Amino acid sequence: MTHTSLWFAVAMIAAVVVSSTIGEVLTAAAMKSIGDLDDIRARSGLKGAIKAVITCPLFFAGVGFLALAFFALLFALNHLNLSLVAPASASLTLVTNAIAGKFFLKENVDRRRWTAAVLVCIGVYLLAH
Amino acid sequence: MILGLVALCAPLGDTCLSRGMVNLPPITLAHPLTLVAAVFTPWIAVGIALLIGFFASYLTALSWADLTFVLPATAFGNVIVALFARFWLHEAISLERWAGIALITLGVGFVAQGPSLTERPVVPQLRAHGSELAADASGLDESLQELSRTEDEQEVQPR
Repeated sequence: MTHTSLWFAVAMIAAVVVSSTIGEVLTAAAMKSIGDLDDIRARSGLKGAIKAVITCPLFFAGVGFLALAFFALLFALNHLNLSLVAPASASLTLVTNAIAGKFFLKENVDRRRWTAAVLVCIGVYLLAH
Repeated sequence: MILGLVALCAPLGDTCLSRGMVNLPPITLAHPLTLVAAVFTPWIAVGIALLIGFFASYLTALSWADLTFVLPATAFGNVIVALFARFWLHEAISLERWAGIALITLGVGFVAQGPSLTERPVVPQLRAHGSELAADASGLDESLQELSRTEDEQEVQPR
């Protein structure tokens, strides 16, 4: 792999990881703002639960970024091998999500969750290698 | 239950999509409508239905659990795919992959033992509720004062 193509590969994987992380964080924030879907469904039925989700603008922003991540993945797969893109993007996304969860969603990412994220990250890499 | 659906639906849906797309002739950008036609083939339709099931379960899980709790749990789907490959399709699994399966299982076990949702401090919420009550009380106080003034005025009126 040449110097330019190495940076091109890094940029493509970074695009997948960044857009996917933003999408996941926005979707999680949307679902937290809506509240427990099981409770909403018990109160106002399935229609009420669907209405609560589709009337949340944050949810559509999240889905937009997830769609962007999907097309970035397709673009990366067009240029790079699946055995590189899939494990690299899946495991890096886990770590960036843990960081984003801590700083943007103010989640309590304790030592247990960091350890789990790192173990799963290495596990996904080994599984897809 | 919900996390189990998340972990099961995503890999099964991906497998159905992959199987459906392999059965089709190569698709080029010159004929994009063949992609639309592909949606209606049985394997891809089943794959899409499973992925819709995955997304609904994923959203439900996110409504009551933290993102940093749900994501490692969803990674368990990779283990399910590997086990399907080994025991259903009789594929060979290398030592590296067994090590990967062990690490993911350990990671999911680790995160599942902890709390699923971050406890938010209730003090700010109580403070906000308290200030609302205080505002209501001051409004009530003003109404009472006004009422007593009116009564006083009525009393001093000559008969």
